[in-house]
Amino acid sequence: MSRLPALGRILLPAIFMAALLMAWEMLVRLAAIPPYVLPSPTLIGATLINDWPLLSRALVVTLITTLEGLALALVGGVGLALLFARSRTIEWVLYPYAVILQVTPIIAIAPLLLIYTSSETTVLICAWIVAFFPILSNTTTGLRATDRNLLALFTLYGASSWQVLWHLRMRAALPYFLAGLRIGGGLSLIGAVVAEIAAGSAGAGGGLAYRIVEAQYRLNIPRMFAALILLAVAGIAIFAVLSGISHLLLRRWHESALAPPER
Amino acid sequence: MTDAAAPTKAAPAPPLLRLERVSKTFPNGTMALDALSLAIGQGEFVSLLGPSGCGKSTALRLIAGLIAPTAGDIVWNDAGRAGHRALSFVFQESTLMPWATAFDNVMMPLKLRGMRRTEAAPRVLEALAQVGLPDSAGAYPRELSGGMKMRVSIARALVTEPTLLLMDEPFAALDEITRFRLNQDLLQLYRSRAMTIVFVTHSIYESVFLSSRVVVMAPRPGRVVSAIDVPLAYPRPEALRSDAAYNRLCNHLSEALHTAMAPRDFL
Repeated sequence: MSRLPALGRILLPAIFMAALLMAWEMLVRLAAIPPYVLPSPTLIGATLINDWPLLSRALVVTLITTLEGLALALVGGVGLALLFARSRTIEWVLYPYAVILQVTPIIAIAPLLLIYTSSETTVLICAWIVAFFPILSNTTTGLRATDRNLLALFTLYGASSWQVLWHLRMRAALPYFLAGLRIGGGLSLIGAVVAEIAAGSAGAGGGLAYRIVEAQYRLNIPRMFAALILLAVAGIAIFAVLSGISHLLLRRWHESALAPPER
Repeated sequence: MTDAAAPTKAAPAPPLLRLERVSKTFPNGTMALDALSLAIGQGEFVSLLGPSGCGKSTALRLIAGLIAPTAGDIVWNDAGRAGHRALSFVFQESTLMPWATAFDNVMMPLKLRGMRRTEAAPRVLEALAQVGLPDSAGAYPRELSGGMKMRVSIARALVTEPTLLLMDEPFAALDEITRFRLNQDLLQLYRSRAMTIVFVTHSIYESVFLSSRVVVMAPRPGRVVSAIDVPLAYPRPEALRSDAAYNRLCNHLSEALHTAMAPRDFL
């Protein structure tokens, strides 16, 4: 792939997106498509502004749940990975459950959880479940990927198992963990939204996905689009922030954070 | 105690450690070493020379205590396994922590002993200066060349002021010019410190240029076939590489290596 100059790299996608939106707008106007079938971009923009008080409150609810779910997944995933790294037996016994939670579609679990807990808790649990696995699996891999010779050297210098863990294995695992966290961040939002939709059909909730369900019942299609845009932006923001953190932590030493070689 | 088990004439220096009929069989059934006996004298520079699979790296790891022998004993003459602490290891790869600067890599052994940064700093900087990298303390491994990384690795081994330095083909992955320079610098370090070095290599020339004694090993199973004293005085200048006596020794070792290999490998 040839490299674009810096300006073009920003400008070109922006121009393409503008053209796409323009085509959409033209299509809606020229074909006189009613807004309850397909709203025009300008109408969606106006809805975003007019409904901002409602939507922003919902966005905050969803974001908080997402971050709480991610935080729980981080603690649980890293904690369990550390346990796995210390004992293969524990891994052997517990890993199947982690896999079961991962492979069972969250949309199928959510209705069940709603029976046992409140809708807020259900949403949180769902966000946690989906974000948990990539963090666990990546961190476990990372803790195992420590250079054998470095481990031998630490043994030679009489390092305690805590020193090996803290000074060596956890640092070697950092790039893996951060990659897992980046995936987990996006998944946490998806988990929260899926659960909100499940809870929304049950008639409760305050998050963005609930607003989408509600808008759908009322045939308020522009608001559905507006909420969808906010969700997409939230997802991008979470990914950007986590990528930024990852870059800051790794830029001095890890290949993944280095600039591609100049040609 | 008699030295009957040792394949060499008694080393002139008092022995630092002896391997007495040490065998190592790995769990997969491979016999890496068969009844190896070897004495390492205080202040000696001993090279273990042999083709791959002759157990020379295994011997080094046994001495380091990284693996345990299946049979036989390793006897230390200094205050026993306190020698564990006065021992350093250099691998074929530089084996640096990529997330740490050269300074932090060299400081690692001291840090593991609970030494504080301010306390360790002069020793770390001195070690870096000794290997010719006084200005690279803040550099990360990826910013250093292969030769410089190996120098950092050697500095890390020196920072604990070991009495015994074990080196496992440390220069094998480097280009010849870099290797020659590091050979020179290693000899200088060896002479400036009261240090014993056991150096594993598969290069005849390197072993003769560096050591005071070359132990020739053969594979399947790993064993010592001969040990040859190198009667060349230190310091050894670069010009030695074209010296007649040096080349005679190299030829002699080359023959020893061939006779050791021939009967089993070509039948």
